[in-house]
Amino acid sequence: MFTNRLFNILVPLISVFLGLLAGAIIMLAFGYNPINGYQALWNGAFGSGYFFGETIRQVTPYILTGLAVAFAFRSGLFNIGAEGQVIVGWVAAVWVGSSFEAPMIIHLPLAVLAAAFAGALWGFLPGLLKATKGVHEVIITIMLNYIALHVSNYMIRHVLSDGGDSSDPIANSASLASDWLMQITEYSRMHYGILIALFAAFIMWFILEKTTAGYEFRAVGFNPDASKYAGMNVKKNIITSMIISGAFAGLAGAMEGLGTFGYMPSHSAFTNLGFDGIAVALLGGNTGLGIVISAFLFGALKVGALNMPTTAGVPSELVEIVIALIIFFVASSYIIRWALLRLRKEEK
Amino acid sequence: MALLDILQSIIPIALFYSAPLIFTALGGVLSERSGVVNIGLEGLMVMGAFVGIVFNLTFADVLGAATPWVSILVAAIISALFSLLHAVASVSFRADQVVSGVAINFLAVGLGVFLTKQWYGKGQTDMVSQPFYSSNVPILSDIPVIGKMFFAGAYYTSYLAIGLAILIWFVLYKTAFGLRLRSVGEHPMAADTNGINVYKMRYIAVMLSGALGGLGGSVFALTIALNFSGSTIVGQGFMALAAVIFGKWHPIGALGAALFFGFAQSLSIISSNIPFLADVPSVYLIIAPYVLTILALAGFIGRAEAPKASGDPYIKGSR
Repeated sequence: MFTNRLFNILVPLISVFLGLLAGAIIMLAFGYNPINGYQALWNGAFGSGYFFGETIRQVTPYILTGLAVAFAFRSGLFNIGAEGQVIVGWVAAVWVGSSFEAPMIIHLPLAVLAAAFAGALWGFLPGLLKATKGVHEVIITIMLNYIALHVSNYMIRHVLSDGGDSSDPIANSASLASDWLMQITEYSRMHYGILIALFAAFIMWFILEKTTAGYEFRAVGFNPDASKYAGMNVKKNIITSMIISGAFAGLAGAMEGLGTFGYMPSHSAFTNLGFDGIAVALLGGNTGLGIVISAFLFGALKVGALNMPTTAGVPSELVEIVIALIIFFVASSYIIRWALLRLRKEEK
Repeated sequence: MALLDILQSIIPIALFYSAPLIFTALGGVLSERSGVVNIGLEGLMVMGAFVGIVFNLTFADVLGAATPWVSILVAAIISALFSLLHAVASVSFRADQVVSGVAINFLAVGLGVFLTKQWYGKGQTDMVSQPFYSSNVPILSDIPVIGKMFFAGAYYTSYLAIGLAILIWFVLYKTAFGLRLRSVGEHPMAADTNGINVYKMRYIAVMLSGALGGLGGSVFALTIALNFSGSTIVGQGFMALAAVIFGKWHPIGALGAALFFGFAQSLSIISSNIPFLADVPSVYLIIAPYVLTILALAGFIGRAEAPKASGDPYIKGSR
């Protein structure tokens, strides 16, 4: 028999394979050469130091938004508001980063923490309403996404700059960017944030698997009623879980504000980091290590896709289709399990 | 009469902006009532907008003035077929319905923009030549006061949306089919015991939601956007989902919520013409609908209970 553990590893792998296979079939159907297409994708993600650096740059916020969505998932909540939490985190980080100068050892941590705090606040509100009023967290987080988007644009124009379309740049003392990392990656925008993201993944694993609080989060996620009868404070767990989830997403905003960009442009639409985080969390099975791996895969796909139109002539949206199909196959893991068991039986 | 003037300028815009939300939210109500969560409404709208625009561009010369109506019909059919993916995953493959809905959202955008680039060689389509136009409803628009408010400069699609809301309310609450659909979402095992085919009902509900989402998307595209790109539908589907929950999974409730969103949106658009709103910084008016929704939910709407079996795949024979 297959063990559950083996299934949990096999299902995402098969899903990724099927997704890429479907992508190849689509390329064939539209008269492209799938080998050229995927070669362009691979080169665009890993082909040079620059591309590799850009892939890591993209992976960094993906890890954090993936963690945000996953953490809420594990306690039975659907945080569709990572998007808004990223935006407020970005604003807070850039605000702290650009409004004064201080020694880096104080300034940088302060800016990063400000982002986490802003994200946490943006997660606290839906958590509070869910816990006290029973209001569905999905609808509140959707609304908060829009509020974050519009308020951030207003703030960029009126508070973070003098009527400009982007905020003032942050001070060097608050920057995550590194000359050394840029040089070894042929001047990509890779920055030290990846260390923060990896550390956050470790924190998530540690909280959920090694602490009593984490056990309670998971218990509430499995069965809120049973947890309540066992004496756990379900309301407190819901609120805390959303706060932690929001803080992760806020950190993703700091990665963009302090690392990749060094400022905040006004956004006419969402960044999609939060929505992509949903995909990252799902493929990663909502575990710390799984999310790092799936963020790496999605980051590589997204960055590599940019190389497809120029070298292979394939529209980069092919990758969006592949990602969607991967998620679809992960969702349908029941049928994959069924097929695996069936194959196993026939071998006997 | 200042207030009446203001109402006369707000109401047509509110109706205009709510129509796509009403269609889509009604789809959400049907799907969730049958026990299938549909986060994919956004994607269904994208598909509807894409098909509506492409069909319109392709057949405008042949069909003439009937083009937009045929376009939304075709968009509804294609989106219903597209939603079959969600139905197969969440009903037959026992997929996590939220996950499968998310996949629908990604897939629709990816497919829509991929095919747009494939067929038009650029990221967005041309503007359609045969969109919906606003018109005055004959006779009704001549009624004093009310006529100008509700029937002048309006789009027929808005009336279609409201009519469908009433029709769906009737079907859900006054017919055997509706009772079956709701029972499948509340207690599928009991429904199954009574000889109702749970899988069939859920398939029908999800495909109807696909059709309605497609209508919503194509109406949005042919009244507001007038072309298709990756940023045509950004979040309207999620707003419709919010309307479903705001309206407590009831067709008339969803209609009311969607009208409210449309009304709030129209405020920010025409605020410069209204004396006491003209001095308010626009950001407050833009976020007003979202803030009001949160306040309303936190304050007087209170607990929103989803249909009981919503989100659970039904597995025959399990207890």
